[in-house]
Amino acid sequence: MSLIRKPLNRRSILRAGAMGGAALATPTIFTSRAWSAGYLNEPTGSEVVFGFNVPQTGAYADEGADELRAYQLAVKHINGEGDGGMLNTFTSKALGGNGINGKKVAYVTGDTQTKSDAARASAKRMIEKDGAIMITGGSSSGVAIAVQSLCQEAGVIFMAGLTHSNDTTGKDRRANGFRHFFNTEMTGAALAPVLKNAFGTARRAYHLTADYTWGWSQEGSIKKYTEDIGWDTVAAVRTPLGAGDFSQYITPVLNSGADVLVLNHYGKDMVNSLTQAVQFGLRDKTVNGKQFEIVVPLFSRLMAQGAGENIKGIFGSTNWNWSLQDEGSKAFVKSFGQEYGFPPSQAAHTTYCQALLYADACQRAGTFQPCAVKDALEDFDFDGLGNGPTLYRGADHQCFKDVLVVKGKEAPQSQFDLLEVVEVTPRSQVEYKPDMADVQGDLGTCNNGA
Amino acid sequence: MDVILLQLLNGLDKGGAYALIALGLTLIFGTLGVVNFAHGALFMLGAFCAVTFNKFLSLEIVTTDPTKTTAWGSPLEIRTPYIEVYFGDFGAWVLNYSVPVSILFAIPVMLLVGFIMERGLIKHFYNRAHADQILVTFGLAIVIQEVIKSMFGANPIPQSAPELVRGAADVGAVFGYDPGIIVYPYWRMVYLGFAAAVIGAVFAFLQFTTFGMVVRAGMADRDTVGLLGINIQRRFTVVFAIAAVVAGVAGVMYTPILPPDYHMGMDFLVLSFVVVVVGGMGSLPGAVAAGFLLGILQSFASMNEVKAVLPGIDQIIIYLVAVVILLVRPRGLMGRKGVMEN
Repeated sequence: MSLIRKPLNRRSILRAGAMGGAALATPTIFTSRAWSAGYLNEPTGSEVVFGFNVPQTGAYADEGADELRAYQLAVKHINGEGDGGMLNTFTSKALGGNGINGKKVAYVTGDTQTKSDAARASAKRMIEKDGAIMITGGSSSGVAIAVQSLCQEAGVIFMAGLTHSNDTTGKDRRANGFRHFFNTEMTGAALAPVLKNAFGTARRAYHLTADYTWGWSQEGSIKKYTEDIGWDTVAAVRTPLGAGDFSQYITPVLNSGADVLVLNHYGKDMVNSLTQAVQFGLRDKTVNGKQFEIVVPLFSRLMAQGAGENIKGIFGSTNWNWSLQDEGSKAFVKSFGQEYGFPPSQAAHTTYCQALLYADACQRAGTFQPCAVKDALEDFDFDGLGNGPTLYRGADHQCFKDVLVVKGKEAPQSQFDLLEVVEVTPRSQVEYKPDMADVQGDLGTCNNGA
Repeated sequence: MDVILLQLLNGLDKGGAYALIALGLTLIFGTLGVVNFAHGALFMLGAFCAVTFNKFLSLEIVTTDPTKTTAWGSPLEIRTPYIEVYFGDFGAWVLNYSVPVSILFAIPVMLLVGFIMERGLIKHFYNRAHADQILVTFGLAIVIQEVIKSMFGANPIPQSAPELVRGAADVGAVFGYDPGIIVYPYWRMVYLGFAAAVIGAVFAFLQFTTFGMVVRAGMADRDTVGLLGINIQRRFTVVFAIAAVVAGVAGVMYTPILPPDYHMGMDFLVLSFVVVVVGGMGSLPGAVAAGFLLGILQSFASMNEVKAVLPGIDQIIIYLVAVVILLVRPRGLMGRKGVMEN
């Protein structure tokens, strides 16, 4: 008696092989556990998983670490642990401190390495293997745009972290992507009037610009708004990302006839170019009968620490600063400071807000379905998160709120007290039409991943 | 003319850094026959010797002011450096000069690091293929980088030059230009002088001491020197440690120019390796000459007038030169005949 009921033959082996091959060839994104349900990674147990995709290695690792701290704090507060932070001041009271839609929040983390391909790979892993319902984080516009595109294709919501290029919610906007952080257009609109008051209208500016999407975006916005107030642009020179020594780019500024140097650099590049510009005596120069000035349009406290004393008196803009005295900011600084022993950065603030805003939208929608969450976030008006009354505009998924113009503090009281808020530019002054030439794009249609 | 003079000065100090790193690289290749891709990490380690020394000098007595609180409710901390508390003005002076003074700290540290690296790892790869040497030293560089990052974080840590040399000199006035046309930071001039002094010292050491004579003989014919009963291997170990010190002190003095971060060594390594190849593998004068030559070429290629004609030339100029040199003269500008030629 044979134990094989159906004897193996060439045809059955071929059939089995073909079926097995087809199964193996199917991308795992189509076979993940959530695909049996209505949308990708629909949570079925008692937990819902967030994916925190931040730079844990590479040049922005310190910012990534601060983002991760903020996310962990946000998860605590959403799950009802700790003092509740900005949940207490947030105008939406949908979240009750017991998770979202009856489920506790868990999280997985990924390392973007501040590289688009690595960021996409870690986001893909979190979606496919870990079942993340939402991806959030990042500290670079190139990375944000790459991951946003992946989330759109996969069918999960992407809540961008620190990304300042217009393109994120401009030409590269996506229906599944949302940004709380401000952009270069808003920086230009907020900064130019302050520069006009401080330095006058007859100025000649020389731009040094990081040669990638964010640098081009910022250079364009600052040129547009400073030329509107009467400044001339003498030259706009592109510098390689991570150039290290900028001396060969700074020396031509000396005899260019410019009396303002605009550094469209961020991170390590900003620290190096600013330090070296000061060393070359630019701030001690008088050109065209005027004191030479340096402007750093995008400031970050973590980067200001790197630039040391050179930052003093230099104008820039920031999304948020821990010294703000509104109730939301005070609650967040208290909560973060008690947890970690130092105040949060703007990167920490924006990521904390994004986690809370997503959680709140899910709670209000009563589901985690991406398109329902998108609907809940679109045109959502809120307050109490540290930036005053804020709108998550539906047309481009960009938050509109007050913008801070800051200056490097002359007499800091502590190692964290580096920036002085010189003006809170009201939201109405930085708002623009979603179809404006520099920022137009197509959201496309929302993708549930089903 | 003023722009050319400025770019020449830029090229000289940049070239000084390239030359110092390349000098060590080529010294190691010339003596031990090892292609040391961890040499950039030694430059970075030197820079972090300055950071560590400064942090040590800046250790603070922390007291709290119970009448004031932070924004998160804990008592406000008042910090005063120990060195200023205990040594007063002298302490403040040492703190002000922490970068140059930290050379005294960096020299023994780098000697030790060089000795441990050579005895612990590099010596096992003397007779292995260059590809193996590159892989293991590159791996070591990454390990050192990650250790530094875990200790000091990823962001640059600024180091100030002493107040006396913090500003910029009006170099143009010497050449009859109007004031403010050609200004150059004092510290970069100090660096240039320092680089020249270190290069001179290394050459003098090899040229005028018995030890140097034996090393040079060993570089020319290791077997014959061995037959004379001289332990050339021990001397080469010392040479490796000296190369580590040269890279280290170059890193120390570069910190006020470029705030150090964990990746700075890698940024310099590739360029310095090109410098060594252009100068000639194993040629000390070649490394120095190529260092200054490529530094100056890189500066001139960054001029707006040049980039208007050849966009992006500043990014590729030194690699372009390396390609041309390797095609036309594979042993480099001053390389020994036979090296890198087959």
